[in-house]
Amino acid sequence: MNIKRFFVGFLLVSLVLAGVVSYYASSSPDGLEKVAADKGIDSKEKDHSLKDSPLGDYGVKGVGDARLSGGLAGVIGVGVVLLAGGGLFWVMRRREPSSGPSRDAS
Amino acid sequence: MRDVHVPDGFINAPVSIAAGAVAVAGVGVALRGARRELDDRTAPLAGLTAAFVFAAQMLNFPVASGTSGHLLGGTLAAILVGPYTGVLCVSVVLLMQGLLFADGGLTALGVNITTMALATVLVGYGLFRVLLRVLPKTRAFVAGASFAAAVVSVPAAAVAFTLIYAAGGTTDVSVGKVAAAMIGVHVLIGIGEALITAVTVSSVLAVRPDLVYGARDMIKPLQLRPAGADGSAEPSRA
Repeated sequence: MNIKRFFVGFLLVSLVLAGVVSYYASSSPDGLEKVAADKGIDSKEKDHSLKDSPLGDYGVKGVGDARLSGGLAGVIGVGVVLLAGGGLFWVMRRREPSSGPSRDAS
Repeated sequence: MRDVHVPDGFINAPVSIAAGAVAVAGVGVALRGARRELDDRTAPLAGLTAAFVFAAQMLNFPVASGTSGHLLGGTLAAILVGPYTGVLCVSVVLLMQGLLFADGGLTALGVNITTMALATVLVGYGLFRVLLRVLPKTRAFVAGASFAAAVVSVPAAAVAFTLIYAAGGTTDVSVGKVAAAMIGVHVLIGIGEALITAVTVSSVLAVRPDLVYGARDMIKPLQLRPAGADGSAEPSRA
């Protein structure tokens, strides 16, 4: 498979998972949260210092429809992580050594 | 309400700071090591892998009555793009979740990176490499090794959390109870982690095996170039 096509496909999978499939995710507490609540190790839990962030709790503030709000937050998250991570990795990457007096000018 | 990482207030300040120091040291080592793993092809792949881990972490799956689990992604990222870059992928995800999505306390960021980026990659990728050393180097066995590595990586993260709790939990619950409950439920979550990891690794192996860092020994024979050819040139790919 062409590498560009592979990259586009990989991104589309992530966008669909975060933007669409995430709506159907289980809303039960996850393992840590459940254990914390059951055993009482969360009694001194503090609210998140950025809990009123515009994307807090994986929803876009001001968007009423839960499906749209969560999906939009997911798509934004995929984009932000791709830009932050991809940007970092691109800057860090090992530059290919120039292949010397190559005839290939393109 | 989706809050899937360690929040503020579970772990006291000194131990949170210590975990932060461990996380900074680990990420520092990863930043140095990742330079060797990243090139023109793997850098975009690593960015996409981080994005995939973010997306998959939104997909809580049910594991027991009233309990869900989600991918941690350290083992998956390490197998796809290398262990150092894998640590960075999960760390970027955790940082963005903490800063933008109010998920994972900012004072607990060190705890979350230590448990979900460092412990998962160390244990998961370490086990993956050990298994590949003894198993036949075929796609099926690479997928099997990634499954086994991912299964173990999740309770490993739970053990890491329990150790941190033992050192600096803000409540008086017995460490034995916390350990039993945390490890028990995370063994179940590990099965989900393993399924997602094995399916994803297999899918990439099926279409672009050359892009799976952890399987690069397996496909090396395919990259042999005739002696005398320009060794530094990338083989062209259609």
